[in-house]
Amino acid sequence: MPKLPRPPAPPMPSALRAPTPRPGEGNGKGGPIDGAKEAGITVVDWVDERTSLSSAGRWLLFRKVPKGTNWFYTLGSATMFAFLSQAVTGVFLAMYYRPDPGGGAYESIRHVTNEVFLGQFVRGMHKWGSTVMVILVFLHMGRTFFFGAYKYPRELNWVIGVVLLILTLVMSFTGYLLPFDQRAYWATIVGVNINGTGPLLGPYLSDFLRGGGEFGATTLSRFYAIHMLLVPGLLVALIGAHLYLVAKLGTTAPPWRKAELRDELREAEA
Amino acid sequence: MSDKHAKYKSKYTADRMIPGAFEGETITRRRFMTGSAHTAGAIAAGAFTLPALGFALGPVFKSTPHRWETVGTVNQFPDNNYIPVVMTLTPGIGEAGKTTVYVRKFNAVLDTDRYDRDTPFIAISSRCAHLGCPVRWVDAAERFICPCHGGVYDLLGRRVGGPPVRPLDRFYTRVAGEDVQVGPRFSVNSELRRFSPRDPGEPLDGIGQYLYPSRPSEQKL
Repeated sequence: MPKLPRPPAPPMPSALRAPTPRPGEGNGKGGPIDGAKEAGITVVDWVDERTSLSSAGRWLLFRKVPKGTNWFYTLGSATMFAFLSQAVTGVFLAMYYRPDPGGGAYESIRHVTNEVFLGQFVRGMHKWGSTVMVILVFLHMGRTFFFGAYKYPRELNWVIGVVLLILTLVMSFTGYLLPFDQRAYWATIVGVNINGTGPLLGPYLSDFLRGGGEFGATTLSRFYAIHMLLVPGLLVALIGAHLYLVAKLGTTAPPWRKAELRDELREAEA
Repeated sequence: MSDKHAKYKSKYTADRMIPGAFEGETITRRRFMTGSAHTAGAIAAGAFTLPALGFALGPVFKSTPHRWETVGTVNQFPDNNYIPVVMTLTPGIGEAGKTTVYVRKFNAVLDTDRYDRDTPFIAISSRCAHLGCPVRWVDAAERFICPCHGGVYDLLGRRVGGPPVRPLDRFYTRVAGEDVQVGPRFSVNSELRRFSPRDPGEPLDGIGQYLYPSRPSEQKL
């Protein structure tokens, strides 16, 4: 397609117009803003020349999106932002938390909630955010199911999504023990015992979770390590794979949209 | 000049017309180097993953030693009602390692089961056989009642209502001088036959004892 010449911009009112540069003014060095702009462009160019990241960024962000895309399509990003919020608040909570079953765990949570500046707020974000994330995961899953977005060629993305759902629930389960109050303790006892009711392997699974036959000295630190090291790593990796497939395969049109014929085909039909 | 698809394939590289083949050589140097690099990589990866995996799974196979704890004196316990005592299951973690045990003296009228005849005291675990919540002894009703999902047990710990799949667990007891000591846990089926301890929610009647096998972490008596 030949490039068309740009039409001239409409004239600005003279009061808003920048003063016309006089001869000798603009051909030396630019102002500090120009310098900063130049420096920024140079740095970005330097990185891009060596990594080609900008083309990857364009590939990820500037995609064709089908007609009819609506607010339901934002549930996936909403889930991801819930995860990012959990990650950020979780990292800062980990700076205060002590996985000590002898009373230190409860005490450290009490300290965060009652004494640390904004501690109650950040802990509240993490606590309520976990529920929000589970709800969003299910809504996102429902959107995918009812729009038929799991069908060929997106089956693998559905499978990854189910693993992400399971990992999210593992996060909820392991995180529930960490405040180490009565509710946390008994909920974990019950949850681990539900795991144990699986035939043949169940008893071994509950032993693995507790780190022994009874709720023991290492159960809390086990849950803590699973909650903040093992599962988040898996989640980040799988979210990356999930997003890659979304970008590669594109989004689906909503099911109520009919396929549109191109004009020349429509004429031939008539 | 590969004869990859030929029916007869000589084992000598020289016969297969591979450039640079030595006399009597049966594997190319390139192939050998690739294989040994992969093997070295697998050994290096296994050297840290296998110990880490064993470390993580170790507690599943480690058995904990039996502990006996004195919970009172012989005259403290009646033979027709339970006295709650608190004992430590896991030392070193404070309140989280403790549990309530209901103890009474052996009663020849009640404890007619042949397995109980040589037991001086009956010690019943407060861990519900449904999912492990703490049951309490309600004296007026002569029932153990679980607050979580409504499990009800009779005086001997046998299920009379609710979701539990087997009677309440028990502990071995012994008398040392004047002291009553409570030892390791055991599970019972609906006929009060004894089994090595199982987790809650695991039935022991019928094929239950095979579906939920005894684990290595539970030392047998």
